[in-house]
Formats: sequence, C-alpha cells, structure tokens
Amino acid sequence: MVREFKTIEEVAGPLMLVKQVDGVKYDELGEIELPDGSVRRCRVLEIDGSNVLVQLFENSAGMNLAESKVRFVGHGVELAVSRDMLGRVFSGMGEPIDGGPRLIPEKTLDINGTPINPAARNYPSEFIQTGISTIDGLNTLVRGQKLPIFSGSGLPHANLAAQIARQAKVRGTDSQFAVVFAAVGITFEEADFFISDFRRTGAIDRTVLFVNLASDAAIERISAPRMALTAAEYLAFDCGMHVLVIMTDITNYAEALREVSAARKEVPGRRGYPGYLYTDLATMYERAGRKVGCEGSITMIPILSMPEDDKTHPIPDLTGYITEGQIILSREIYRKGYLPPVDVLPSLSRLKDKGIGEGKTREDHAGTMNQLFSSYARGKEAKELMVVLGEAALTPIDRLYAKFADEFEKRYVNQGFSEDRSIEETLDLGWQLLSILPKSEMKRIKPEILERYWPKKEDKTGDGAVGA
Amino acid sequence: MVEGRIVKVSGPLVIAEGMRQANMFDVVRVGEKKLIGEIIEMHGDRASVQVYEETAGIGRGDAVISTGAPLSVELGPGMIQNIYDGIQRPLGTLFEKYGANLLRGVDEPALSRETLWHFDATAAVGDEVTGGDVLGTVRETELVLHKIMVPPRGKGRIKSIASGDYRVDETVAVIEDESGREREITLCQKWPVRIARPYAEKLPPAEPMITGQRVIDALFPIAKGGTACVPGPFGSGKTVVQHQLAKFSDVDIVIYIGCGERGNEMTDVLREFPELKDPRSGESLMKRTVLIANTSDMPVAAREASIYTGITIAEYFRDMGYSVAVIADSTSRWAEALREMSGRLEEMPGEEGYPAYLTSRLAQFYERSGKVVCLGRDRRGGTLSAIGAVSPQGGDISEPVTQATLRIVKVFWGLEAGLAYRRHFPAINWLNSYSLYKDRLAPWFAENVSRDWMKNVGRMMTILQTESELDEIVKLVGVDALSASDRLTLEVARSVREDFLQQNAFEDGDSYTSLQKQFALMSLVLSFYDKAKEAIDKGADVEKVAVLPVREKIGRAKSVPEEAYRDAYAAIDGEIDTELAALTEGDR
Repeated sequence: MVREFKTIEEVAGPLMLVKQVDGVKYDELGEIELPDGSVRRCRVLEIDGSNVLVQLFENSAGMNLAESKVRFVGHGVELAVSRDMLGRVFSGMGEPIDGGPRLIPEKTLDINGTPINPAARNYPSEFIQTGISTIDGLNTLVRGQKLPIFSGSGLPHANLAAQIARQAKVRGTDSQFAVVFAAVGITFEEADFFISDFRRTGAIDRTVLFVNLASDAAIERISAPRMALTAAEYLAFDCGMHVLVIMTDITNYAEALREVSAARKEVPGRRGYPGYLYTDLATMYERAGRKVGCEGSITMIPILSMPEDDKTHPIPDLTGYITEGQIILSREIYRKGYLPPVDVLPSLSRLKDKGIGEGKTREDHAGTMNQLFSSYARGKEAKELMVVLGEAALTPIDRLYAKFADEFEKRYVNQGFSEDRSIEETLDLGWQLLSILPKSEMKRIKPEILERYWPKKEDKTGDGAVGA
Repeated sequence: MVEGRIVKVSGPLVIAEGMRQANMFDVVRVGEKKLIGEIIEMHGDRASVQVYEETAGIGRGDAVISTGAPLSVELGPGMIQNIYDGIQRPLGTLFEKYGANLLRGVDEPALSRETLWHFDATAAVGDEVTGGDVLGTVRETELVLHKIMVPPRGKGRIKSIASGDYRVDETVAVIEDESGREREITLCQKWPVRIARPYAEKLPPAEPMITGQRVIDALFPIAKGGTACVPGPFGSGKTVVQHQLAKFSDVDIVIYIGCGERGNEMTDVLREFPELKDPRSGESLMKRTVLIANTSDMPVAAREASIYTGITIAEYFRDMGYSVAVIADSTSRWAEALREMSGRLEEMPGEEGYPAYLTSRLAQFYERSGKVVCLGRDRRGGTLSAIGAVSPQGGDISEPVTQATLRIVKVFWGLEAGLAYRRHFPAINWLNSYSLYKDRLAPWFAENVSRDWMKNVGRMMTILQTESELDEIVKLVGVDALSASDRLTLEVARSVREDFLQQNAFEDGDSYTSLQKQFALMSLVLSFYDKAKEAIDKGADVEKVAVLPVREKIGRAKSVPEEAYRDAYAAIDGEIDTELAALTEGDR
C-alpha cells in the first residue's frame, strides 16, 4: 500500500516533520517527490500521534513545503543484492554510479540486518596472513574478526588498509577474499587511491564499492556502511564467500549520527555524541563474524581517525570496546620513517590466541609474541630513562634492552607497504631480534621451544655480555 | 486482559492509549508481531512501554495487549548448560528452530517442555512444609543436584508426592494449606525478575571465593557472598579476568551475563566451557554454568533486563543452599541501556546524561548478593557473589558508572592499560586496587592455608610499595644512586611482579594455581629476598646476585604443575643457597 501525503510541516537540517499522517510504520522508508519531479529519500524516526518525524538521506535544498509530496513505501531501507555486484561501484544509497547497467537483483534485503544469535556464531580461529609482521606476528588477524585501524590525520592508514586487502590470504587455500569497500565521507583523492590500487592489482573484479564522498550529503553516511555490510552479508552467508570489509572513515559516520541527534535535541552523551552511539556502532561492527553451517565469513577492518590522536575520544573508545582489538598507528614511528607505522604496544588482537600456534602458524608463535611485547616494552622504558639520565645510568642489561627496542622498530616494524612477509619470515625475524638479549631473559618462552629455536651463533652476545 | 492502541513510537519506546487498567511493569505484547515489552511508566490511560525487540514496522494504531503479569523467569531443571537472551529466551532452541539470525516476536519457553526429569521425593505425604522446604531433588547435571523447593510463600501439609519421571510443568506434589486449599507443585516456578527472592537471614561473608588467580586470592581476595568490580579501559583484559573467574571460582553455580558485549565472546564461552574441566571435580565446567547473552547488537531494552534475569536465576540456586557467582560483563552497557531509555522518556538527566536513579539501581543490583540463611526448615546457608565489569569511557574511572559502583562494592580490581601494553596480565594494578574483605578473611587463610599467609602477603605488598617509591628516585637520579639493598628490593619487586603476579590464562600449568601452591610460590620469592639480602650484607655484589641462574628458575616456577611443585620448589630453594654461597665465597 502506497500512501502519499502533502502535509510537510517543517524542514530543519536533516529532519522533516509531516503532519496528519496515518498508517506509517517506524523505520519505514519514504520518498519525497519535489515539484520538479526529482525524488529524495527519507526514513521514519518517530511517530507521535499523527505527526511523523523523518530523517532525510539527502540535502533539503529546493524542497518546497507546499508542493512536495511524501510517499511511504511500506518497508524499510533496502538494498537489491546479486553476485553481479562484484566489480561495481555504488553510491551511499546503493545506486550504481559507475555508468554500468542496473542490477538484476537476486533478492532485496533490509540494510539494518538482524542480530546473529550468539549460539549460532562460530568462533573465529583461522589465521589470515597479511604479510605484515606487526599484524601477523603480534596482533594476528583471523577470519571473521573485526579489527579496526585507529589512525590520525596525515597518517598512512589508507596504504596499510590497501596492503592488507592486497596481501591477505588464508594459508593452505588459494581462495582470495572478496572485498567490500565503504567510503564514508572521505575525499575523492582518498577514494581514488583505493580504487586505482584495486584496479592495478586486479582486485577490482572481486570488489564491491560503496562511495559516499566528502562532497555528498552527510546524512547519506548513515546508510553507506550499512549498505556495504548488507552486500557483504549476502556474499558471505548466501554465496559462501570470504569477505573482507573495509570501511573508512568511521569518524565521519559518527559525526553524521551526531548531526541527526543534535537536530532532534536529544540529551547528548560525551562530546555531544548521542548516548546510543555505542549501540549504534555495535549494530554495524557485530555484523562481522562466522555462522555455524555457513561457509563464508565477514572480516571487518574499519578505519577511523582519532581526533587529536586521542584514543579516549568517544569514537575510538567505543569502537575499541566493541571490536576484537585494534591496530593503532603512531605519529612518532611515522616520523622516524618506519612504515607501516604501527604502534605495537597499545595495538591488540583479542582473537589471536585461538588463531596461532601449532597447526595454524607455528608452535613458537605464542611464546615469542609475548616475549617480543614485554621486551619491547622494557626496552622503551629503558630508552626513556636514557633520555633523562644518559646511557651510563642504565644497567648493562637495560642497555641491551634499549638496543633491542631500536632494532625491533628498525627491522620488525619497518617493512614498507609492498613487502609481503610469510609468517615464518616474521617469526624467524623475531628470534633474530630476541637473540640481542641474553637467553636467560626469555622467561615468556617455554624451555623446550627456546632450545629448539634459539639462534646458535648469537650465544656469545647472550649471557657473556651481561657478566662482562 | 487490557488492550490499548499505540500513539507514539520512538526507537524501543512505545506509548499506548487505553491502558488505564494495566499494572506498572506488566509485560505486554506489541503490534502484529507480538513483540515483547514492559510497561515502565503510566500517565492517565497512557502507558510507556519499553520493547525488548527491534520496533521497525510498528505504527500508530497497532495493538498493545497486557499479559497482566510482570517480567518473570522460569526456574527449574534445564537452566544449567543453557544460553538465554536478556529475557530468558533459549538461544540454542531459537537457533535450531528459526535459524542463525534472531527473528522478532518469537516465543519459546525457557525450559524445554519435552525433557523428562527424574524426581526423587525426599519429603513424604503428611509432612508439614513451609516456603523453601525441599520436597525432592532432580539430578540436573553431574555437578548440580537441583532441589525442588516449596515456593517462598507456600505453606501447608503434603497431600501427595511421588518420585518418578516428570516434565517441568507436571505436578510432582500437592500441598494443602490450613483452609483446605490445594496447591500443585511442579518442577518449575516463576519469579518476577525485579523483585529479590526472599531469604531467612543475611550474614556477613566469612569465607574466600577461591579463584586460582594469584593476584586476586593473595592480594585482593573476594568473599563468598561478596561484591567486586573490575573497571578497565578496552584491551586491559576485563573479559579474560571474568572468564577466568567463571572457570575457576570454587562455587557451585556460575551465572555469566554477557550484557551488551561482543557476540564472539559469548560464543567463546559457549564453545570452550564444555571442553574445560573443573579443577576440583574433573567434570566439564559447562555443567555448572548458565549463560545470559544479550550482545551489543541485540535490542537495548532487553539488555537492561538481562542483569535482573541473571541475578534472579542466581538467587534461585542460592536458595537451594549453593554458593553462586554472578559475573556480569559489563554493567556499563547496562547503565547505557538505562540512559537510552531515560532519554527517550525525556527525563531530566543526571551526570553525563545518565538518569539520576543510576546509583540506586546499581546498589539494588549488588545488594541482592550476600551470604544468607535460606528459607526452609533446615536453615541451610547459601551465598551469592556478584562481580561486575565496568567499562569506563577512555579508562577514566571518575565517570559516573564506576564511581557509583565503587560506592557499593567491597573489592576493586583496577585494570590498567599500561600494564596490559607490557603484557602484564592480569593487568590488575596492585597499588590502587583494594579488598575490604582482607581482614575478615585472614583467619580463614591462617587456618586453611598457613599462618604465614597474611604475613607473606603483607611483605609482598610492602616490597611493591617500596618499588614505586624507589622508581621515583631512579627516574630522577638513576639506579646507581641507590644502595645495594634498595637495588635488591627493586630486583625482588620485579620478581614479585613477573614471577608471582603475572599469570598466563592461556597456559595450562599457570592458568589456575591452588592456594597451597600460591603460598609456596610467594615463600620462594621471599626466600630469595631474605637469603640474597643476607649475602649482600656479607659483601656479595648485587649486580651478580641479580643475574644468578636460579632467578630464571624462580621465573619458571609458576608453570610447574600442581602435583610436582613441592619438590621442584624445594630444589630451587636449595639452588638459591648454593649459588649465593658460591658468590659470597668467590668474593672473599
């Protein structure tokens, strides 16, 4: 049943009030027909008696209260999906914008999705090799994980994300990931970087792009990531593909949400963001995962820029509480020229423990990982002390730790955006670096593993150096 | 039955007219899909309803029908090993019947109506019984003997009772009260979640809840029947701490509430617990666990209810005379759900948009814990311990939820991001955490572990305190300015931190430590301290003491298995003597 109303009472920012409306449902999609015949879309935010408050997805320019008509279409915002989406470019509202033909949909899906029953989830545990040491070795990504990149303005998060999309593979299979890419309010240049990188590597044929540029309506940013996730769910759970979803930049999304919330005069939570920001973000992030009885999976890499590099800002903060870890980029490492500039210590992958070890990566993975973390942390502390008091104030062992920290950054963190290291190369490099330290310091590694992997030639730099 | 019409829809809040006859907190069914909701406010004939499911597709004029009963849980055999959502819908059954995604408006009984349970009557016809008296038992799992009790307000003489196989809704006994009215007792009973179940008497807690986690048991113990909170920024290991407690606490029943947290974490518990063995009984841990999962993407109103659903189930098991632990991850998400509903109701906000009644609601929740004498003539004792994770924004514990929680709970395990970055886990900060049960539990430790337990714990704390003071000096003038004995203290403090406090949840030998082994391990670390101090007084070089090979052995001592640690530690202690002796002699 299509109902049409000419009773628009108010338009203010992204909101519009329609009076004397009947039979409209919460969250229903509406179409606004302007006097010139063009159509814009909106959705129902609140029903109060016969008044309906709707949120516009496009800007309100040219809208005329007397002449415009609103039609409610009887369902929520939907996306037509099909396998043919691969290789295509869509707008933030799901319209093809690459000049290609319209899709013949296999089905249409509500973009809000439905929550996955926790009892139906499959715990992610398959190691994804990204070829990046700081991720594979220390913050391992697994299939079905959501692992955001926390970045700052001016840091090369786009290069890192593109590198992951290019190199990611599950070992022992040759199936490649399908990529669903959502550009949320980013600049043309940034979007173009991804698109041309996908073109260059041929990845474009297995990629679906949803593009909302900085110049597009801010409100469309609320739908763009959900469109992308709906497409990803279709590809993963209906077509059985392994899908990698990259969304950039979530900060723009949250700002669009704030705009709507402010226009509704809601009581704000921290920094003016709505109190339901956590829940709202969760309904997106939690769509990643694996399901029992489904071949496919959704692995998600949202990118967000931390305002003022502040990790406690509500957007990175709430994201970190939902996602399964985070990769944090550091301006300090970037200034040193090390790429990708991953800040190892605060980065984390919560699902790594189930994805590493014998049969998945290698038996020495867990021990060396913990040892590298704690040794690097101690090395950094030693270096801080060295800055204040000079090298002489350090104990001999702390001096070794400081050296270790330097080498670790120079060789392990720094690898550039084109080097693709296998997990064995990463692990072996870890051992080489650890052998800067005495063997007796390797408390995090089991003795039998230590015996098997400890590099032989480095023995003299071990215990001997300390006693001297 | 009251039926009203919807006039307003705003997210999970629905307002309906024509509801004058309905009661506050009645459960209602909303719209065609019969979504489940609860009345939370009444104005004239308008009722505000919070709906426990997504409200998309609901519109003006849709029906709201009151069921006439408050939000309740079904209590009976079949809860253990189950996973429920925030309003006790069985997620496993929903998955089997409706597929991997959660559909709206589906309704399934919490307890299976098909399963037959064997009921062993322990009371007999003619017995006079009152509320809480045990009529018989059902062997629910190898670990749980489910006691079928007379409901709290019941009283009378047993008219009939028979052992046998029953479904949960079949009558196992009939009780006749003084006026001759008969009451049928089935294996299950209902109880409204927002009302605490009654008990005879509350007592102060006096026994520790042993968790096998060294930093908790030794430094900041929690009592059975006590309350604790675990605040920490993301990535500091809250969930791992909570999982460890759920795995290893020496309680009879664990209720794990995943409140607004990650779906995969609940899946992890669901998949991992059946495989894990209880260190005491050797049985699968799942056989004593009930899971409540209302993950962050599930409807926000049901998240608010999940905490109450969980604690009501816990009270029911406490009433059987068991020790129960409720582990809620995370109460901050629950508070956010409160805030969201409060905002939609257009209430005047308190701090950071949270409603003014946040503190009192939190207090009510935690106050449902405790050590009690249960209803029933045998005056059996039960305990309910409540442990809540708190997720302060930006890790800043001055925010309202953490502060409100700290005013109520007795144990504070403060997690610190800095420790987590160094992979010091559990990342519980030893300087600002506290336990107010320490003194009360001291006699128990003296009697059951060792008289020196508290003394050793005190010494470790002193060493750690001294370390933090010395660190200040080192930062200013360098380590060379310290005396030999201070440098030794620093070395031993590192040993306390790394060799005792750090515990790897993912390593079999280390994940759980018995109290006896904990005591032996702390004694070992302190023994090194005493002996090294003596050696240094005799002129040994502290540099050389610091790099003795035996220190690596002390570092690995924690992963020695429970059955072998005594001999191993004795051997290490012997090596401390010989190596130190060699040093002092060598210098002469």
